Formats: sequence, C-alpha cells, structure tokens
Amino acid sequence: MREAQADALSADDRVFIMGQELGEYGGVFRATEGLAERFGAHRVRDMPIAEQSMLGAGVGAAIMGMRPIVEVMFMDFIACGMDAIVNHAAKVGYMSGDQMRAPMVIRTQGGSGTHHGSQHSQTLESWFLHVPGLAVVVPFTPSDVKGLFKTSIRVDHPVLFVEHRALYRTRGAVSDPVEPIPLGKGVIRRRGDDVTVVGIGKSVGQAQIAARLLEEEGVSVEVIDLRTLVPLDVDLVLESLAHTHHLVVAHEAVERGGWAGELVSRVVAEGFDELDAPPLRAGSRPVPVPFAKELEAEMIADERLIAQRVRQALGMVEYAP
Amino acid sequence: MFRLMYTIRRFEVTMERAHLEGELYGPFHSSMGQEAVSAGVCSALRLDDVVASTHRGHGHAIAKGAVLGRICAELWGRSTGYCQGKGGSMHIVSMDHGFVGQSPIIGGSGLLATGAALAFDLNREERVAVAFMGDGAVGQGVFHESLNLAAIWRLPVVFVVENNGYAHSFRAEQMQVNPDIASRAAGFGIPGVVVDGIDVFAVREATRTAAARAREGGGPSLIEAKCYRWRGHNLGDAEHLYRAREEVEEARRNDPLERFRAATFDLIPPGVLEEIEAAAEEEIDEAVRFARQSPPPDPLTALEGSF
Repeated sequence: MREAQADALSADDRVFIMGQELGEYGGVFRATEGLAERFGAHRVRDMPIAEQSMLGAGVGAAIMGMRPIVEVMFMDFIACGMDAIVNHAAKVGYMSGDQMRAPMVIRTQGGSGTHHGSQHSQTLESWFLHVPGLAVVVPFTPSDVKGLFKTSIRVDHPVLFVEHRALYRTRGAVSDPVEPIPLGKGVIRRRGDDVTVVGIGKSVGQAQIAARLLEEEGVSVEVIDLRTLVPLDVDLVLESLAHTHHLVVAHEAVERGGWAGELVSRVVAEGFDELDAPPLRAGSRPVPVPFAKELEAEMIADERLIAQRVRQALGMVEYAP
Repeated sequence: MFRLMYTIRRFEVTMERAHLEGELYGPFHSSMGQEAVSAGVCSALRLDDVVASTHRGHGHAIAKGAVLGRICAELWGRSTGYCQGKGGSMHIVSMDHGFVGQSPIIGGSGLLATGAALAFDLNREERVAVAFMGDGAVGQGVFHESLNLAAIWRLPVVFVVENNGYAHSFRAEQMQVNPDIASRAAGFGIPGVVVDGIDVFAVREATRTAAARAREGGGPSLIEAKCYRWRGHNLGDAEHLYRAREEVEEARRNDPLERFRAATFDLIPPGVLEEIEAAAEEEIDEAVRFARQSPPPDPLTALEGSF
C-alpha cells in the first residue's frame, strides 16, 4: 500500500494524501511511512480528526482537478463523513451534467480479528453499493493492492478502497512495475467443479482455507475473488456456475443487507437455469462485533461458516441460517 | 452592480411567477432581498476565483457571471440547461464562470470552497474560493470543521454567511446562544466582520479586503452579511406560522436596490439606471424564451454519467 501510494505521488503531481497521523507518524498502519519526507508535508497532509471536512475538502480539491487520496483510519469512522461521500463525491459529476468530476480515492480499512470492539471492527462496504457514482474496491493479494490502486487513482470518479486490517501482514509476490488491474474484473483463485464460492478481500483467503477443508471431504470448490463490488463481475460468477451449478457468497459483513444479497439476486435473475440448489450466503450474524474472542468467533463469518454453507448448498447437511 | 442586483431581483420575480403559473416544478428558494450580498461579493472577485453556493443560489450564480438562458433552461429542466436537466434550481453549476456548484446540504458549500482553496494552495495559484452559507449553516459541524481546516492551512477562502434572519422558520437567536455569527471567527483565529448586507458597497469592500488577504496568503476570513429574506424559506412555505406580515413589510422598506439609488443619486445621471433596468428585463425575457424553446432532455441521458 505504501509503494502503491508512493508510485501514485511520483507519477502524478495532482495526487496528494490527507488524513490523520500520516506524516511524521507514518500512518497508524505504516501505509505512508517515509512519504512525507520524500514528497513533502504539503502532499502528505496531516489534518484534524474531522472526517467530514477531510472527505469534503477532498471533493472540493478533486473538482478543481486534483486527485486526493483520503485515508479514513478505521472504516467505522466513515460514518462521520458520509455526507461528503454520499451527497457530494458520488453525485457532483452527474448533477453538474458532467461539468465537473470528483476523482478521489477514499482509503480505509476495517474488519474484525484484532479485538477492537464494536466501533473499530465493522465491515461496511455494502453501504456504498447502494449509492450510484462510487466504485468499491476490496483487494486481497499484495499484488492486487498495487494493481487495483494504480487504476483507482487514475479513473475519473471516486473510488472507495477498502483494506482488511488482518491482511496487512500478507506475503505475496508483486511484480515491478505492476500492471493496472481494471475495475470490475474478478479472478478465479482456485479451480473446482462442485461449488463456486465468491468472496472479496479476507473472505477469499477464508474461502481458500474452506476449500482445503472440503477437499478432504471430497468436495471440489472453485473460489472467485471479485476484487471490486462496483462494478460487479456477475459474468465471471455465471461462467463458473455453468459447471459448478452451486453458489455460496462469503463476506465478513453482516449477512443481512450485505452485498451477497445483491449478487445472489443478480445470479438468480440471470442464471437461474444454471442453479441446482438455492444459492447461500455466508455472512456474519446480525450483532455488533463484540470484544471477547469467544464472542467474536461466534458471530463473525469465517472459514468454518463458509465450509458449512458449502455443505448446505450441496445438500450434504440441512440448511440452517 | 446595479445591473446584477436588478437582474437577480427580476429573475426571482419572473421564476416565482412561472412557478405559480405551473410552468416550473420542484422546490424554489427565492433570494429576493439578498441581492446586495450576491452582487457585492461576486463583483469583488476575479473570473478565475470560485464560488460555492447554497440551495438559495440563483443570485450567486447570476452574480458570478453564469449565463441567464442556461440557468433558466436548467430551472425548466431542459437539455440546454447548465446540467442538462440533471441539476435543477438547487444544483446549478457553471465551471466556465467559477461557479462550482450549490450544496443544498446545509454547510456543504464550506467544504467545497475549502477543498477548492486547498487545490489552489497546492498548485500555488493566487485564486480565492468563496463559500456562501446561510445562518442555519452555523449549527452544522461542517461549518466549524471547514473554518478550522482553512485556518490551520491558511487557505484562501472567504466564508460569507448571509444572515437573512431565518433558518427556514427559526431565528438565529432561537438556535444559538450567541447569535453574533461573525464573532465565531475569533475561535478559529481568523478575522470576522459584520457587514450591512443591504449595502452593496459595504459588502464589496469587505469582500475585497478578505479576498486580498486570502490571495496574499493571509488565510481565510468570515463575513457575516446581515440581510433579510423577503420570501418564505421556499415557495409555498407556511410563513404565517412564524413571522408576521408587518415584520416582512417593515424589512422590505430597507431595499438594497433603493439603497443603491439613494447612495448614487448625485452620481448617476437621470435615465441611466432605467436603461440598465430595461436591458436586464430584455435579457431575462430572452433567457425565458430560450428555456421555453429548448427541448427536454432525452430520457435515456438519465442513465448516463454515473454507474
């Protein structure tokens, strides 16, 4: 992420970063370490803890031709800046009859697993599918982080770039220079024949673990990483279903109202004949993320739930919500 | 400036009539009575300075130089409007004139202007961004956030609060223990001045001072322009529930256009203002004709420009 941002700052004078603890501190997750030194404090800007003005000023700068990267430290805090994203960033281009654009990347990270409690652990990207005008990117591999970011900072519309805290220590090969990855193109992470499991971000890794568990039970799982939720690569899912005929959609977000519902609905409408069984969702239970690890494990969607949903989708066990 | 004020006045009167006759639809927020603020502020700016506005923004757009015909066409929801019918009365934008949009989300203009000023600062451009806001915006968190951000980064912003007496139905003193809005500037360490918003010369002077300071790197200022909203919050507003007719009639005696006439009585030869009025009337008539004759947008364009 740090390299991706450094590349963006190097490549384009219009790019700058703003957020909290970015400069001398280097970002609470080290994503801007050394960047202020290299590019100047005017381009890696520390600012007050004020999400609305951080995001709103980002929009104002973007409509004047800049390409801000705005870092929202925890995804939970994005609730404080929703007006700037929903009412301004997403709409100014359309409302103005395309006289202006708001090219900006809103970077944030979320998710459970570090026991930060209910207000620092949410997975909220589903909110943004409902607002036309925003691309939603959720990378999984280190290479995808760079490839997707390269595209995100170049496109002429706002992009919400959602990282998962638990993935910051992921190791993986990254080519140099990395090729930009188009938004809206998912990728098959594992080939399989019996069931398609679709995820994004950390859920893809969990789906891969679930696939290995299920392999021992004789189940062959195909894993798709959508990489972006808007645009949504429904075609890739439909292609996969043409040979697996079973679908499980996995996300850490609360199952109720999550993006899996949107994908399932699209698949049912456009690929009903390919389905041999009802598609299922593997999402978290509808409660806030609790602190104690036993409690968190009970409600968060993980590889065990994904594996269980696969068994249910294949009729190996009876479905229970 | 008289031309601007008169045009704004007649524009609002004409659009109001078109609404009442059923020709226009959607919400309508008249800026009648506040013409001196629009004209005074914008006449102190350069073409490449930018203005962010509010739901009550027709006057700001006109004063910043936006073309009347295209504003009208947008109010009519026509394809020739500034936003091709996607914006309407509360979302006029004319990037060619530095009118970077209205935010009817109260206080939003402060953020757009602060962000625009940040862009100017990063690009080392000597441009100024103005945020028009109403007195109601002072209750919003973004008002304080944007003043603070502009202050700590010494951004070239002029915050203009048009204190027109009412935030919809509420008077400022009902919602703020300290209704002296300009005094809020002290909390952010920036200049705050009160100006008579009926006096176009005073508004222009205050804006010149603030804009010059901003352009020279001195940072933002807050101008509170005291004025009076002649009409209800919007067309059809139940005004009688919160203010007496007599109060409005009294306030209307303090007319910014009449104030201009009185101030310039000895300076402008007879007939000159009448000529300006006639020319403005003609321009509005032409703008309305243009809007009426323009085709509606192709419905399919609704699906273009977003995803």
